[in-house]
Formats: sequence, C-alpha cells, structure tokens
Amino acid sequence: MKCGVVVFPGSNCDHDVYHVLKHSLGQDVHFLWHGDSSVRDCELVVLPGGFSYGDYLRAGAMAVHSPIMAAVRQLADNGGRVLGVCNGFQILLEAGMLGGAMRRNQSLRFECRDAFLRVERSDLPFTSGYRSGQVLRMPIAHAEGCYIDTEEALDKLEHNGRVVFRYVDSEGGAAEGEQAAKWNVNGSARAIAGVCNEAGNVLGMMPHPERCADKLFGNDDGLAVLASAVGVAADLEGVLA
Amino acid sequence: MTVRARVTVYPRPEILDPQGKAIAGALGRLGFDRVLDVRAGKSFEIELAEGSGSVEEELGQISEKLLANTLIEDYSVELLESESA
Repeated sequence: MKCGVVVFPGSNCDHDVYHVLKHSLGQDVHFLWHGDSSVRDCELVVLPGGFSYGDYLRAGAMAVHSPIMAAVRQLADNGGRVLGVCNGFQILLEAGMLGGAMRRNQSLRFECRDAFLRVERSDLPFTSGYRSGQVLRMPIAHAEGCYIDTEEALDKLEHNGRVVFRYVDSEGGAAEGEQAAKWNVNGSARAIAGVCNEAGNVLGMMPHPERCADKLFGNDDGLAVLASAVGVAADLEGVLA
Repeated sequence: MTVRARVTVYPRPEILDPQGKAIAGALGRLGFDRVLDVRAGKSFEIELAEGSGSVEEELGQISEKLLANTLIEDYSVELLESESA
C-alpha cells in the first residue's frame, strides 16, 4: 500500500514509522512535508509522534494549520486511512477530526513507560490483526495525554463503539481503584487510550505501536496496528502473538 | 494607528487544572496559608493594524480558531490603549 508519513517541524517518530512500514512490512512509503498541500496518492497517512512546533500553545494546535492537514482531512473524508500516534493523536483532536481534547497528565509528569491496553474493537482497518479483548503492552511517552470530553460526549463515544484501546492492568482488568494511576498512565477519562471516528478510518492513539513492532525491540505487540492498516495482518499469522 | 489587546485563556472551571493545583500546593508549603485556589492560564498581547472590521470580532475569531481550545478553555478579550504610529 502507498503510505505517507507526515513530517512536521519537531516530529521525532517519523523515521520509526517509516522503518516499520518499509522494512518490516515491505510497503511503499514516502515522507510528506508539512508544507506540502497534497498527500499524493497515499492510501494511508500517519501523523507521527514528536513535538510538532515545539508543542507551542497546546500540543498539536499549530500543526493543525499546516498546509498538509487540509489534504489529510480530505483523505479522511474520502475514506482513506489516517493514523495519529501520540502527537499525531493530539493533532487529530485539535483538528476536530475525532472529538475530545488532551489535558496535561494527571501526574503533571512526562510519563515514559510501558502501558497495558485492551483492544476494544478488532473490526477496524487498524485492529483487524488483533482479537477483541486482547491485552497489549505498548510504550507511552507524553506529558499531555489525559483525554477528556464532556460526560455526554463520552457516553456517545462509548455507545458508538469509538473507544478502540483502553488502559488496563497487566491482566486486562479495569484500571480502577487504588492502583488506577499506575495503569491509567495519564488519568484519561474512562481510561481511553485510543479512539476512532464514526466511519472507523481515522484512529488516534497515545501509545506508540511503532516502538514495539519488532522482536528485536523486545516487544512486537504494536506491529499489528501498522500491519492491519496496510492490509497485511493476515500474512503475519504466526509471526504475531 | 494600531490597536493593542490582551487575550486571556483559562481552563474552564469544571476542568481539573493540575498546574494550578500544584502551584496552590507550593504556595501553601511556602506559608501562604490564605491561598485557597490557583488557576493557571495564558495571556497573549496582540497588536493589530487599524482596519475596517470590528476588532473585537476579529479577536474573538483569533481566540476561537487558535488561542483557545474552547472544549476545555475559556477566553476573554480586553482592549488596551491605542497607540499612534
């Protein structure tokens, strides 16, 4: 599949995503500069992690007004696949493409550790390589990842099945009670780690699948996100846990 | 002539403001016992050229489009003194 990885000033996971798509999954990948006004013929565009525009004003707020974002929005409207990871998720929220917003982590710290996620939906282009309810270990690294919205909007989000990943404990149990802060790494409302749009072709997630996409990294729980997104998850049967 | 204005952005009251809470905690430890609450926001001083449209309206658009995320933040606009060029 023809894939594009957007490079904003301050992106720092762009090469990681490029590496996994190109070398692990054998896809046709190109970098897309934030100043470009076209995503060319890409069918999947990834907004990578990092600190676009130095996180000035609010994380993702400046990147939304980059020329490339109009083309990304158009791709999404036409049914193309858009994946935002970490800062990319923040950008999708600021762009109003997913609903909700990010606040600083409840801990006020930059959290950098492994989190456990439960796959809430495996019928999406991004999660078809997983089983529903599967528990994944994925690294997170961010200061503003506390997902919030109004209670009403959160109810609607849940009702429409748009919560794709949720922070859980290492056994897959709810991140609640005394240990809640240990598992729900940033204090997100309802422990939400990733959400998709109504049509399911746009996904935003705080954890980094590209950082756990190879056995060599010591963890390949994230590979199936990108493998699913480019439609080769089925070929990896047996490779994936 | 130019127009100067100040836009102030605060987290909405119903949104937990962990930054403000941390500052309030620090002030308490410094002995400022009367401090009950702190909310931390941002302030922008903006200089605009005199034009035909309403300055307030334009500053409202500026705030909504970029300076504030109105899902989680409130903003207020205040006109400062005008200066001759």
